[in-house]
Amino acid sequence: MSIMEPKTQVPLKGFVGEVIESLGELVIEVHRCEARRGFVRIDPARVKESAQKMWAVEGSRLATCTGIDVRDGIDVLYHWAIEPQGVVVTLKALAARPSLEIDSIANDIPAANWIEREMHDLLGANFRNHPDMRRLILDDSWPEGVYPLRKDFDQVLDRPPLPENQTPPDIEPEGGPTS
Amino acid sequence: MKKTNGNGKRTIVNLGPFHPLQEEAEFYQLYVEGETVVDVDVRISYNHRGIEKLDESKTFDQVPFVVERVCGICSASHPLAYIQAVEDIAHVEVPERALYLRTIVNELERLHSHLLWVGLAGHFLGYNTVFMWAWKYREPVMDVLETATGSRVNYANCKIGGVRRDVTDEQLQQIGKVADEIMAPLEMLTMAVLDDPVLHARLKGVGILSEEDARAYGASGPTARGSNRPIDVRRDDPYAMYDRVDWDVICEPNGDVHDKAVVRLKECTEAAKIIRQCVDQIEPGEIDAKVESIPPGEGCGHVEAPRGETFHYVRSDGTNRPVRHKVRAPSFNNIPTFKASCIGEQIPDVAITLASVDPCYSCTERACIVADASSKKPLYTFSDLVKLSQLKTERMRKEW
Repeated sequence: MSIMEPKTQVPLKGFVGEVIESLGELVIEVHRCEARRGFVRIDPARVKESAQKMWAVEGSRLATCTGIDVRDGIDVLYHWAIEPQGVVVTLKALAARPSLEIDSIANDIPAANWIEREMHDLLGANFRNHPDMRRLILDDSWPEGVYPLRKDFDQVLDRPPLPENQTPPDIEPEGGPTS
Repeated sequence: MKKTNGNGKRTIVNLGPFHPLQEEAEFYQLYVEGETVVDVDVRISYNHRGIEKLDESKTFDQVPFVVERVCGICSASHPLAYIQAVEDIAHVEVPERALYLRTIVNELERLHSHLLWVGLAGHFLGYNTVFMWAWKYREPVMDVLETATGSRVNYANCKIGGVRRDVTDEQLQQIGKVADEIMAPLEMLTMAVLDDPVLHARLKGVGILSEEDARAYGASGPTARGSNRPIDVRRDDPYAMYDRVDWDVICEPNGDVHDKAVVRLKECTEAAKIIRQCVDQIEPGEIDAKVESIPPGEGCGHVEAPRGETFHYVRSDGTNRPVRHKVRAPSFNNIPTFKASCIGEQIPDVAITLASVDPCYSCTERACIVADASSKKPLYTFSDLVKLSQLKTERMRKEW
């Protein structure tokens, strides 16, 4: 885990506290519980269950997810916004090395579809049972297994060469090349 | 594959990688049976610039100048969301005058963005007068944005702990004057759009996004508020000075293109009201809290940009650079709603449905043109689809 996560017990209070309590034993550790922000680490094996529980909270929507390359794997952060309370509760789950696998929640929550594809493209996290794991962000010519948002990827030195310019075979340029 | 209509033939119509309505690169594949769209597939990221990766190599103070270039129109919202995420980590108390200035710049941005959209939507429907009017009224707003920040785009106004540039009393009066003077043209524009029977026939019941779908896809902004979801970060999680001024969250019940247009037009009036009140209430004082360092931690910031909620997440390890900075623009959640709203529509209606969420990609690369590498001729122009849309309006106008 990262260095800044406090080890002290955070008291659960207010609406954010209620939401965290409703997650029950899925919660491993509470990092922050403030008036409008909550940060919680959850059991990575039960991500689907946590998504269903958060979806059941009235007025909740999945704002987005964040993937972070950390020492032990890819940290996947689910940011749930709840309106009209104006609260953002972030659930963290670790997709551990070496498999980097975690359950997909896209079958239950359509909003997770694109962002899980993005995390797969850029960080190499593997989402089990994702309905449509095609490339979204990276170009089709980008090599397999190169993940540009990982910490060991240098954006200048590791950049793969650009593909050749292509002319579609069925279109003949009229009048030849022009300057 | 399910066959639904007469001959049961399914055809793929490729739109792109040009957007049918804006000069940005994205790729739609419409699966059509006859004229009816039965499925949509979207491919984005033709202009991905890797800003999240780039930010990891910038200091906390440099990042706002990078993220305002995420989008040429939302160039006040993205830095503000990032700055609020950092201020969430460092628990900064921002001076009141700075908060008022942030509110003014963000509302001016909303005003000019919505007017831009109204103009474009008018143009694509064949209403070029609306286009000319809307862009004419947008111009004074751009002028006072320059007055307030020194620039028409990429304002470089926000910084961690406050704003970078103060305004004089004369400049404030100038901003207030523009907010007053735009009220009458806005009302005229709103009435002109709402009272037009052809526009009613053209937009009502087109591209309906249901309330449940809006929530499931995580839609926000006018896309959600046009679908009867009264969510607005400015009211729900107040930032800047939105809790000190009097304004309404505009919400419409039907979820069609017409309602999304109405939401945007009415929001322009609300934005002008907010600017007027800020100009009246603002007091002299400090504009910068002078933040020295960012402690380890993590924070979320979200801002109601013209197109919806802009969400930023920042993680700090106590050094002068963010470990991770996540940017989620509103269109990332709004574009997948096409899967719900375009299905069952006619092809000419898809153009305006796609435009109705005001999709915004990597907006700064607007001038990108895909051309044949050897002949330099464009492979595809978006005018064909616009033409279809304009012809349909013309036909309806004649029938009326």
